[in-house]
Amino acid sequence: MAKRPAYSNLCKALEAGHFVFTGELEPKKILQEGVEEVIHSAKEMRKTNRIIAANVTDGPQGDAYMCSMVPSYLVQREAEIEAVWQVAVRDRNRVALFGDILGGAVLGLKNILVLTGDHTALGDNKKARPAYDIDSTQFCELLKKMIDEGTDYAGKEITDGKIEMNYGCVANPNAVGDYMEPEILKVGRKVEQGIDFIQTQTAFDIDIAKNFINELSRYKVPILLGVFPMKSYGIAWYFDNYIPGVSVPKDLLKALKTAEKENKGDKKAKYAALDKVNVEFFKPFIKEIKDNSKASGVHCMAVEYERLFQPLLGEYPEYVKEFY
Amino acid sequence: MIITKQKSVEQIWAMIKDYDKILIAGCDGCCQPPRSINEAKVLGQLLELKAKTEGKELKWKAITVLRQCDDRIAATTCRTQVEGFDAVVSLACGLGVVMMNKVLPDILTFPAQDSHFGGVQNLGENSFIQYCETCGNCLLGVTGGVCPIAGCAKHLSNGPCGGTVDGMCEVGGYTRPCAWIEIYKRLKKFNRLDLFTIYRPARDYRSATSPAYMTINKDYTNIKEEEEEKANG
Ligand code: SF4
Repeated sequence: MAKRPAYSNLCKALEAGHFVFTGELEPKKILQEGVEEVIHSAKEMRKTNRIIAANVTDGPQGDAYMCSMVPSYLVQREAEIEAVWQVAVRDRNRVALFGDILGGAVLGLKNILVLTGDHTALGDNKKARPAYDIDSTQFCELLKKMIDEGTDYAGKEITDGKIEMNYGCVANPNAVGDYMEPEILKVGRKVEQGIDFIQTQTAFDIDIAKNFINELSRYKVPILLGVFPMKSYGIAWYFDNYIPGVSVPKDLLKALKTAEKENKGDKKAKYAALDKVNVEFFKPFIKEIKDNSKASGVHCMAVEYERLFQPLLGEYPEYVKEFY
Repeated sequence: MIITKQKSVEQIWAMIKDYDKILIAGCDGCCQPPRSINEAKVLGQLLELKAKTEGKELKWKAITVLRQCDDRIAATTCRTQVEGFDAVVSLACGLGVVMMNKVLPDILTFPAQDSHFGGVQNLGENSFIQYCETCGNCLLGVTGGVCPIAGCAKHLSNGPCGGTVDGMCEVGGYTRPCAWIEIYKRLKKFNRLDLFTIYRPARDYRSATSPAYMTINKDYTNIKEEEEEKANG
């Protein structure tokens, strides 16, 4: 099968060889006001001219949140930044997924990030029955059929027109040692099902990250490495203690703690100190990934931490201007 | 084995509180942990006590049935016994409760148990585990004998998901092994990672549609085919 065209700006920028950045937005249990905040964050991303698209999460941690489709649309309309619409197979069967994708296509959404989704047993409605009718690889196959062949999963035709979308999947760089091979092989199945890009989960260890990228690069699919600058010590502590499989480096934790402690009562100074810690850790980290790995970009998961974009990414070219 | 858990006395009481005389039927079939005549007796005593605290008197009798899910056994054992009782409480799995309601059409049989899954005792441990979900679409031939339908919390055909950490599953707080890592290890051991790598398309859930139904007559004779052959010359 011929390679799918780059329909989205994200994929066009990747195709053009730019080192790209994506950001992350998290609609929670919100209505209008919350959506305005999400849009505000998206506008800040757009302003950088370095973040080409913004991921919009779909019930992370299995929590019951606002759907990801509507904020994806609103972000594109109001903030003029492309959304990476995250869609988990946890809550919808193949029939509902198909219907949603048709709807999203009409709304002009261009990127889908395919996810299994954290189990409802982890979320805030633990008694729910999750769907998992198809898994994330099968969802990739569904998207392949929809985009490339114009049909649903059963092969029934979409009657009017063509879907122009690109889709990607996630990979976990923290699967190390014996656990790396199954992780890499599993991504291989999704490559077979036509993914256009990979966004990884958060990495903090540069050697582990580079090694993982190197292994993944066998598939010749653009890889965006996930990084997670933390806007407070509390967030870092939570992440370190409650997100299994990833630990925040001790030095970084300590530096964030000191930054808060030494500037207690002075908000401005505290923010400056926290930002400095993040920039000192992540700026060289990103540079190393750009210069010495096969990654095509970085997915920056700093949700609601807009003020870091300039100091962190300010030195990179404003390539986004070419696409809007 | 059908792995069951007894309902609380309060739950059972809530179902039978309007009856004065109940027959409590244990089952000697595959229900695990066992629920036989002694368990039926203990339940009778507990319900009697509960009735007393509610200011009522409850008469009960405990019996046991070889297999409540077998229509002939259930009928011959119980039909003569139910005479004079207001209700039956069954300690069998859901299959037994349904069958008792069928073979004893003039009396209501209530469940004393929640039926959880078809499972086995976990290798030497004091626990039960579901190794097969009777999904009607067996994948064990390509997964090294580990079932990803029963064993994976998300029933994935192409795992593992991103929720596995050091070989454990995100569901259950990383206390249970990730089925897909087990599958990987098994296949690697036998040098069959080719099976791990293959893509498995979406399952056909018609085989798991409830209520499940299977006619055996057609599959267990060749008579019809011969007749058809004759008819076709
Ligand atoms: S961690 Fe493993 S067993 Fe658990 S849901 Fe994911 S793939 Fe399934």
